[in-house]
Amino acid sequence: MKNLVAESDYLPLSSSYRVDGSPWTLKEKILLGLTARQYLRQLLRNPVNWLLLVLFAVGLPLLLQRYLVGLGSVTHASNDYPWGLFLGFGLFGMVPLSASGFLLGTTVSLFGRKDFHPIERLALLNGLLGYFFAVVYLLVDLGMPWRLTYPMVISFGPAAVLFLVAWHVATYLSVQVAEVLPSFFEWIGRSAWKIHIKRITLGLTIAGIILSTLHQGALGALFTYAPTKVHPLWLSSEFQWIHFFCSAIFGGLAMVIVSSTLIDRWIPWRCGHAFRANLQRMTLGLGKGASYAMITYLVIKLVAIAHDNEWEQLLGGWGLYYLLEVGIGVVAPMLLFATGVRNGEVGKVRIAAFLTVVGIVWNRLNTALVCFNYQMYAEIPHWKEVWLTITLYALYFVVYRWIVYRLPIVFEWKETAAPQT
Amino acid sequence: MGEKTTRRTMLKSGVAAAIAALLSPRQSSGHQVKEYPDSMGVLVDLGRCVGCRSCEAACNAEQGLPEPEKPFNDMTVFEELEHGRQRRTDETRYTVVNRYEAPGREHPLFRKVQCNHCQEPACLTSCFVNAYTKTPEGAVIYNQDVCVGCRTCMIACPFYIPAFKYSSAFSPRIQKCVFCYDTRLKYGKPPACVEACPQEALVFGRRQDLIKVGRRRIEEHPDRYVDHIYGEYEAGGTSWLYLSPVPFAQIGFNTELPHAPILDSVKNFLGIVPMVLTIWPALFAGFHLLATRKETAAGEAVDHPEEEKR
Ligand code: SF4
Ligand code: SF4
Repeated sequence: MKNLVAESDYLPLSSSYRVDGSPWTLKEKILLGLTARQYLRQLLRNPVNWLLLVLFAVGLPLLLQRYLVGLGSVTHASNDYPWGLFLGFGLFGMVPLSASGFLLGTTVSLFGRKDFHPIERLALLNGLLGYFFAVVYLLVDLGMPWRLTYPMVISFGPAAVLFLVAWHVATYLSVQVAEVLPSFFEWIGRSAWKIHIKRITLGLTIAGIILSTLHQGALGALFTYAPTKVHPLWLSSEFQWIHFFCSAIFGGLAMVIVSSTLIDRWIPWRCGHAFRANLQRMTLGLGKGASYAMITYLVIKLVAIAHDNEWEQLLGGWGLYYLLEVGIGVVAPMLLFATGVRNGEVGKVRIAAFLTVVGIVWNRLNTALVCFNYQMYAEIPHWKEVWLTITLYALYFVVYRWIVYRLPIVFEWKETAAPQT
Repeated sequence: MGEKTTRRTMLKSGVAAAIAALLSPRQSSGHQVKEYPDSMGVLVDLGRCVGCRSCEAACNAEQGLPEPEKPFNDMTVFEELEHGRQRRTDETRYTVVNRYEAPGREHPLFRKVQCNHCQEPACLTSCFVNAYTKTPEGAVIYNQDVCVGCRTCMIACPFYIPAFKYSSAFSPRIQKCVFCYDTRLKYGKPPACVEACPQEALVFGRRQDLIKVGRRRIEEHPDRYVDHIYGEYEAGGTSWLYLSPVPFAQIGFNTELPHAPILDSVKNFLGIVPMVLTIWPALFAGFHLLATRKETAAGEAVDHPEEEKR
């Protein structure tokens, strides 16, 4: 794609009209302004696509197996570990990394920090897709996925934490769709419709904050249903929801840094002027925010240990593992963030962000799987479960990339073709 | 100006209230467990159980469960270990009897496992579609027509009882003991397992009476029982109660369960929900006004929005 863009002056497609004044058709927009042949050729040239192909070649049949033969055919069907990778990674891991939407929405729309505007749309998209795919993972994991809407329409258990999660994720998903719609409107050439969204932006943003606070926290609170099963170091019935909420803040920020870094590195042709010119500055800004959230998080973690008086727990094997997780997943990236921001070293901040993302996923997997039933045997997921989890993530990647290629997320849409910037 | 001050003060008090609520100490314990005065129950006297597995067979027949690989008179099942653990309830069996060698005893002890029909069931409170019901008779029953299969109830049950029918793609469900509610309990009859027990190790009756029976047995034979009725308080109290000749920890019981219902540890979170719902909108709308009105000050004041969010 890079080469094609370099060759032809009308690429990349970033406006409703061509240079000669005639509109791009939808088909052309979908094909990125290439001919079908060109499009196919650039697809095949990309080694990443071959890797994806391999993943899907095995993963999609597995998915079919899961739906036709049952959940037990692709997992260990454990009654002791009712939640496996699909939820441990897909729900508990994806959702905090998708806090980016509400964080940047808040920063830009609520606090009026226009200087983060060029990355806002990416953060919103990252949020929307993360949540959407968390639901996809859920659909794979639920015993009766066709009843997904039951807690909304058929039968209510309002005292249950999951009830709250269900409602909030559903509502928040629609909020996020609304927030991403403007880019879509521009792309289909209906910029005028944006006005409807613009009017309610503030409302959407505040709704986003409330819903995010509650459901990010609720995901943590879900584990307080198992006070005797989760290792005490990973569970604090008082602070669990704050732990999850607070770590979602730096998790979300770090994920935007990672995502923007990848886009900047691998899809440079798609990046607009404002995005490229401001990316370094914004990365540092996000890193700064993340480091503040991290220090807060560490303090609350300490408070939780002190509150439950678990100091001696830190000495055992589990304690070591805990310290390892916090050290690699939080303390190290925090220091990197801090020094990187102070010295203006963007590279460091990006490494820190990557570590943070790994740290968040690690923490969630620990809570849901590794340190769950800590007095019992350890559950090693079935290879099919692992493969399916990766397949779904690959699907997420494909959709993410598809949208970033086309919709005005990291560039600005123009009504008429203007000379390349 | 005056308007601004009021808003400020309002914000401040809002934040203060939020912080106070967060830091306030644990509510002076006194958890409330729902009372079911007419709740029935079963008293299991482990000293009397000989491990004949009649109850397993009776349950299997009563609930129409699939025939097991090994017949019910095959005692090699006691040696079966999965992941180093003895048998547990699953989609093919709602109750199992396991054998334990307690230190210093000539004969092994047997422990029957099934749903304990908690007074404040964790499975029930964690279910987001309310698939579980605690009936006045004491049974915790399950409605498969609304269950979504999220398996939170399995996470929540402190006794590892509910099992999921993983083997089914189109009609999976939770499977667990329902106290023979539909077929027996509803009509005042004891569950099938109790009726099948040749040793009278299982006694059916009103929970309150059973506690008295248990106490009396302990008093009359202090040499035969440890002074504890398991289930009287565990996890908020259960309808099934146990007497044991040896400390409960030696025969596979979890003796670290809190006496408060599981729900109590979730209440911390449930308590903040209304707070967030009411305070957040005003708080952040206020922030927005402050931040955008004084664009210049906004630069430093709200450098890190994350900080204010707690
Ligand atoms: S023992 Fe478990 S399944 Fe039975 S009522 Fe109690 S929490 Fe529910
Ligand atoms: S698996 Fe079914 S019964 Fe259990 S919590 Fe989920 S919806 Fe409720």
